[in-house]
Amino acid sequence: MANAASYRVPAGDRRLILAYIGIALAHLAVGILLGFMQGMEHAGIDLYKYTFLAHYYQGLSMHGVYNALVFTTFFIAGFLHFAVTHSFQRPMKWPALSWVTFWLMTAGLLMVDWALLTNRASVLYTSYAPLQAHWAYYLGLVLIVVGTLLILANMVATYLAWRRESPGQRTPLPAFGALVTMIMWGMASLGIAVQFIFLLLPWSLGWTDRIDPLISRTLFWFTGHPLVYFWLLPAYTSWYFMLPKQAGGKLFSEPLARLAFLLFIPLSLPVGFHHQFLDPGVSTGYKGIHAFLTFAVFMPSMITAFTVLASLELGGRARGGKGLLGWIRTLPWGDPSFTLQALAMVLFALGGVSGLVNASYNLNLVVHNTMFVPGHFHLTVGTAVALTFMAVAYWLVPYLTGKKLWGRKAAVVQGWLWFIGMAIMSRGMSWAGLMGVPRRTALGQAPYVLPEWLTAFNWMALGGAILTVSGVLFFTVLIMTALRGQPAAEGEVDVPLAEPLEDEAVPTYLDRFRPWVIGAAVLVLLAYGPAVVQLVSVANPVSPGFRPY
Amino acid sequence: MHVHPYERMWIRLSAVLLVVFGIAIAVSSLALGVTIPGATPRSVATGLPADATPSQGWVRELGPGRYEVNLVARMWGFEPNVIRVPKGSTVTFYVHSQDVLHGFKIKDTTVSMMAIPGQVGRASYTFEEPGEYLYVCHEYCGLGHHVMSGKVIVE
Ligand code: HEM
Ligand SMILES: [Cu+2]
Repeated sequence: MANAASYRVPAGDRRLILAYIGIALAHLAVGILLGFMQGMEHAGIDLYKYTFLAHYYQGLSMHGVYNALVFTTFFIAGFLHFAVTHSFQRPMKWPALSWVTFWLMTAGLLMVDWALLTNRASVLYTSYAPLQAHWAYYLGLVLIVVGTLLILANMVATYLAWRRESPGQRTPLPAFGALVTMIMWGMASLGIAVQFIFLLLPWSLGWTDRIDPLISRTLFWFTGHPLVYFWLLPAYTSWYFMLPKQAGGKLFSEPLARLAFLLFIPLSLPVGFHHQFLDPGVSTGYKGIHAFLTFAVFMPSMITAFTVLASLELGGRARGGKGLLGWIRTLPWGDPSFTLQALAMVLFALGGVSGLVNASYNLNLVVHNTMFVPGHFHLTVGTAVALTFMAVAYWLVPYLTGKKLWGRKAAVVQGWLWFIGMAIMSRGMSWAGLMGVPRRTALGQAPYVLPEWLTAFNWMALGGAILTVSGVLFFTVLIMTALRGQPAAEGEVDVPLAEPLEDEAVPTYLDRFRPWVIGAAVLVLLAYGPAVVQLVSVANPVSPGFRPY
Repeated sequence: MHVHPYERMWIRLSAVLLVVFGIAIAVSSLALGVTIPGATPRSVATGLPADATPSQGWVRELGPGRYEVNLVARMWGFEPNVIRVPKGSTVTFYVHSQDVLHGFKIKDTTVSMMAIPGQVGRASYTFEEPGEYLYVCHEYCGLGHHVMSGKVIVE
């Protein structure tokens, strides 16, 4: 194969990837601004009255949808398209379909934007019935999900074509990560596909008049938890298969890396009830099984922690680091892309710990729906994922545009500001949550706020403000790169591709997807099947739609 | 497959840690009785006083130190929003929602659950310490979500 790192994906694909990433980042920008307003609201400063937003909850709906659904999905679509075309060194099997998919998703997004901006969908990103949004909102989200399934189809077709052309070769690692992500997501999307197409859409159009809120919720969380792995696996793709190169190291263990990825296919799926521990109507037996499986899905993340850290240590030592911890100092802390990802990992470790608390069955009684939960996921999706995607943008945008990154120092500072801001905000949130403060609440207007909560609220506002400065800096660097970036010479913006430490044999089952997909299907049937049959057999469609916003 | 000895040790340690946590959870829920809501029957709890309707909350004394509360959550308040019980009482809460999803969490207790239309949530708690226990709605339920609260007064 030609030198992989300097292979340029064709111009058409580069445009497509840039378009996805541009849309993703534009929505992130709005999302960050709204996050700032939320933090301020909690400290008693109402900024909503200066905007066209009707209230806190319209803003919060946009913050959740834009950051957690739109930014992630569109960025992932672009990044994984890149990973596949670049590592297979061939165009997609169906190039026209790629563009059709893009326009379909963009059309869906416009519907979602419209509904959110006009306060017709202030139901928060979880879309819990019987709160009801405008049908355009549900349809828009359906189109986005359909788009992701078309991406999956296109990737699988491309993979099969590549296999025929390259007999006996192992799937290149970034493409492998992309395929695992999309295959897992394809299975996971079944829940919201059924929920949106058969329950919410007809109900919002007035074709059906009542809905069972518990069934709707259960379908949502069938998809809702694997959704977090859909966000996380592309970040892992970068941490395992690219970051070691940026650190000057090598991938510590290729077989274990593949194993960790593949384990996510069966283990991401049958865990959704851990979001419903406190739902009456779901049996404690199934909740217990899902709690157990949630612990199981912790294992591949523990493998990741070891393998990735060991890969970085190789880098630090290759760069002259000595002693037990001396290798940390010699890592390339002047490289923004490296620094952001290293910092993302540090906070992700804390996010993993708070996640274990959430997942611990009855310990969930303490933290469920309190501010502890946003305190947790701002470390995971809000940092491990978001900061890693920003780090990827710092080399991918130059690669795609052929321009050198503008302001490397500013970019490094941006990463540290995010790290500090998030540590402070998340600290405030977790603390508030442990004191019983509910989440998703306009706390600045709540009459029951206790004086003992106020310090924690101020931590949130302070952290949020620092994060916002970081966000502004991030967009400044990227916009200046686009406008003022120096043209890069040939070979200056190569793709970071990590090599495995040892070229050892990889067992075939670590380079095949089918057994893992079958395993996943079986596990899902066992962990969900009887519970869902039971829920449907006593279905209680009592709820008309409500639009109290 | 070749696994580095350190990594093997790390994987084993992680697994042991999770098993220890799992045992702690099992002990606290099975032996210490810290339980979460389960598949309660989908109907209003029995024992409706003659003058109450299913849309009203009410408190009744089942025996010395034992109370049952039927609590209705709706946009945007709880009924009842003040509950008085003597110190040392064990109170069983049945929680109903009349419109959208709500939440019910009593601060500083193990009572927390979702209120889902068509479902009845149940939780018990023994109030050993006198004082005022704030309860709030902890699921977004529309514009007035942040005003939904009440209190248990233990005297
Ligand atoms: C400047 C950066 C950010 C700030 C200041 C911020 C702040 C906040 C605050 C204060 C809440 C509120 C909580 C509540 O009332 O429960 C919130 C919710 C949330 N944030 Fe952020 N955030 C930021 C960035 C992000 C990012 C990057 C993501 C994800 C990629 C994210 C995802 C979410 C989600 C999913 C929610 C929950 C929305 C809901 O409950 O429906 N945030 N954020
Ligand atoms: Cu409520």
